[in-house]
Amino acid sequence: MQSFWAERGCVLQQPYDVEVGAGTMAPETFLRVLGPRPYKVGYAQPSRRPADGRYGENPNRLFKHTQFQLILKPPPVNVQELYLESLEAMGIDLRQHDLKFEEDNWEWPAGGAWGVGWQVMLDGLEITQFTYFQQCGGLDLDPICAELTYGMERIAAFLQDVDSIYDIVWARDPETGAPITYGDVRLAEELQFSVYNFEYADVPRLWEHFNSFEAEAKSLLEQASAVLNDEKASPAEKRRFPLLATYELALKCSNLFNLLDARGAISVTERVGIIGRIRNLAVGVAKAYAAQQAAASQ
Amino acid sequence: MSDFLFELGLEEIPARMIAGAEAELGRRVTDLLTREHLLAAGGTVTTFSTPRRLAVLAEGVLARQADTEEQLTGPSWKVAFKDDAPTAAAQAFAKKAGVDVSALQKVTTPKGEYVGATVKRAGRSASEILTADLPKEVLALYWAKNMYWRAGKPERFVRPVRWVIALLDSEVVPLEIAGIAAGRESRGHRILHGDVPVPVFQACDYSKSLLGAAVVVSVADRRQIIRKALDAVTRTVAGARWREDEPLVETVVHLTEWPSVILGNFDREFLALPEEVLVTVMRDHQKYFAVEDAHGKLAPHFLAVLNTRADEEGAAIIRHGNQKVLVARFKDARFFWDFDQKTPLKDRVESLKHVTFQKELGSYHWKTEQNLHVAQALAGLVKAKGTKFDEAALLKAVELAKTDLTTELVKEFTELQGIIGGLYARAQHLGERTALAIYEQYLPASMEDNIPVCVEGQLLGLADRIQTITSMFWKGFQPTGSKDPFALRRAANAIIKILAESDLPLTLGDVINESAQGDLVYGETAIFLRERLNFYLKEVRGFAYDVVNAVLAAGADDVRDAIARAEGLAAARGSEDFVAVSAAFKRIKNILRQAEEKGFALGNSGHAKAAEAVGLRDAAAKVAPEFEKLRGQRNYAEALALIATLRPTVDTFFDKVMVLDPDETLRGAHLALIHEVLSNFSTIADFSEIVTA
Repeated sequence: MQSFWAERGCVLQQPYDVEVGAGTMAPETFLRVLGPRPYKVGYAQPSRRPADGRYGENPNRLFKHTQFQLILKPPPVNVQELYLESLEAMGIDLRQHDLKFEEDNWEWPAGGAWGVGWQVMLDGLEITQFTYFQQCGGLDLDPICAELTYGMERIAAFLQDVDSIYDIVWARDPETGAPITYGDVRLAEELQFSVYNFEYADVPRLWEHFNSFEAEAKSLLEQASAVLNDEKASPAEKRRFPLLATYELALKCSNLFNLLDARGAISVTERVGIIGRIRNLAVGVAKAYAAQQAAASQ
Repeated sequence: MSDFLFELGLEEIPARMIAGAEAELGRRVTDLLTREHLLAAGGTVTTFSTPRRLAVLAEGVLARQADTEEQLTGPSWKVAFKDDAPTAAAQAFAKKAGVDVSALQKVTTPKGEYVGATVKRAGRSASEILTADLPKEVLALYWAKNMYWRAGKPERFVRPVRWVIALLDSEVVPLEIAGIAAGRESRGHRILHGDVPVPVFQACDYSKSLLGAAVVVSVADRRQIIRKALDAVTRTVAGARWREDEPLVETVVHLTEWPSVILGNFDREFLALPEEVLVTVMRDHQKYFAVEDAHGKLAPHFLAVLNTRADEEGAAIIRHGNQKVLVARFKDARFFWDFDQKTPLKDRVESLKHVTFQKELGSYHWKTEQNLHVAQALAGLVKAKGTKFDEAALLKAVELAKTDLTTELVKEFTELQGIIGGLYARAQHLGERTALAIYEQYLPASMEDNIPVCVEGQLLGLADRIQTITSMFWKGFQPTGSKDPFALRRAANAIIKILAESDLPLTLGDVINESAQGDLVYGETAIFLRERLNFYLKEVRGFAYDVVNAVLAAGADDVRDAIARAEGLAAARGSEDFVAVSAAFKRIKNILRQAEEKGFALGNSGHAKAAEAVGLRDAAAKVAPEFEKLRGQRNYAEALALIATLRPTVDTFFDKVMVLDPDETLRGAHLALIHEVLSNFSTIADFSEIVTA
């Protein structure tokens, strides 16, 4: 899949090294989709959803799954056909399968992001979320972009025809043919993180982390606003302001929120307020980033 | 005469939006052609759609509009021409009419001489008109959710437009939509035909051309193919039937271009899960049809509608894939079911404190306490009136009704709330009545649904909904116009339906009173419920609007009585005598209103002297007791027939008697008499509301 998209001019990025809930949240998507500049990028992104952890006991659900995330900005007119070709490239002979594009709109309220699109169903299995991004960080996008999110574990299990994600063969000894499975590699991680997320994570300390990261991000955003709105500041001064670092702090808050949620520490009433706090950070960064890009291109 | 074909090629349109858009496009094209006089008499418009296209074929389209001549009349001749020379007025008129001043004529009318102009308009060609106007019509189609796709965001539409066909017979109409120039090339089935253009040479060959590219463009044809295939595939299992599910059929019709059906199987062990859960997974999550055996029990099979034509090998692969997905989902459901049993419903009441009912009102724990108060009060009322039910079971059901919101299974399948609670209550041996009441609490979810069968379920449903309505009203969340975010109208509709179709001895007033005691919202809630009763009588029961208005004007508290009165009135309305009497009642009402405006007082009907007045008084007095008796027995049809017998006396009275007699005593007597007639006989319905032809 990587070579397929690389051959079509996409930047192949490495996974982002901060905890995220989805490939969308990595800056290669969240920030690159803003502004007018075209961009094509693909990357595998480990995505953490603490509440989805099942101690490694459920064959279909994971605390951390891998998304292959692809951004095409602007989307080419044959984006759907390219997508189908990418499935063929992975060895799926579409003539032997049933494929449907079923309406499924996507949104990430805390990121002020939404789009319309489909879940792509292959023989009844959702293998991809296909979205035309319309808004991100509370900003209208122009041009818009196409986001393809492939669920890698599902696709691998489908291709290898195994019943459990943990049975996916990850590697094979070239001489003996002995397999190393997904379970061999990841089962302990699923178990231990489920235990941590549900049982051990210290709620007061998680809140402390949250507040501390939030305070740092807010302070940076205030300074960003001062620098970016300063008519006397040079383009170089504006360009060097660390918004990428600010965004990481927002991501930290988002992950801590997910942990607190898995811990059952957030009541429904609190929920909206905390999502709003994360949204303020994410939207604040997006707006500042767009302004920074505009200033830098002057 | 030509055929006009228009096809709009799109990326996959959401299934739920296709039927509406197809019909709207057909309407817009028909209207455009009609408006522009381009549709010949007997011309027809046919519409088509698949997930990737909307299309219209208009047969009997004129190549061009007929030329027209129109006579325009301008200013008077005297103003337009002074000494035979055209004035500014003549020039302005000529300019407006688009003719030369020399072409103006003198028109003589009975009112005098005017300037006239004959305006000839050459008819425009169909191609010209369609090129200019059709794109606007297409882009104006309504979509529940739109998107932008082109840079600069020139238009919004449901999904990107990828190709356009516009053909008058074999000629391309050079229109353009969303930056795409119309041509004659369509696209076939994504997989079966591949990414190769499908040329359409003649407009009328549309269906045939696409059929060759593995696309059935007719919705009706696809529906028939799917139904037949469902039947045929199900016949391979002895004694089996597929569960009829019309909405699901419509969904898969709009998800396919070339439909076929496969039968899949799952292990019998999953049949131990409740049928409701299995069917929800199949229908809502996988869009599969359930299969039942000869006894109507769920069988371990399912039917998947594919958007392809698979050979045997392909079908085996597809079946295998679908089965795996379904089994994984069933396993999830079983995992949740087992997990939920570890915490029985009764231990979940406390955790409802963490589930918000409404931010400004409180949690579901609060809601449950409120529901308990209302349910207790309603239970007391119906018990006093002799209704038999299990009060303890009811209260237990109310207490536990919302606890399933904390279960994993309901979090996974939110559409099964209530049902899951009922199933768990049964599994936890909380008593059949309690379990059933919880299970049925959200019935009726729509006007087509049945109401709960058990009294406990009916009372729980009433208490829950009226509590929601009054508390939301109290917080100012009344629905306005099309906005009803808390679905309060649906809740009120359910209250009406339960009262209408159960035997509960409760009036609307009883129900509101127990929830809104002394509250400011009593009046508002009463008006709101009365509107829903009006809706129910008209839309669900099909009574004419004037019958409904007449009946509700005489009383809207007792729902079943209002229905009975509407039935009686609808029957009586067919009689000529009755219609005449109701017209007389309307007259009486008008006279009384006039009298009041003029300050005429009611007198003593005993003082009436005219024979016709005395006749009416006696006839009314004779009929009144019998009328009251029939009304008491709720024999409304006969009671109304009895009123109709008053027609001759009423008619002669109005023919012969001057009601507003100059003599004050006589006038007062007449007014008192007609007032008595009106008030005595308006208790079933206010007949003045009846609209007479």
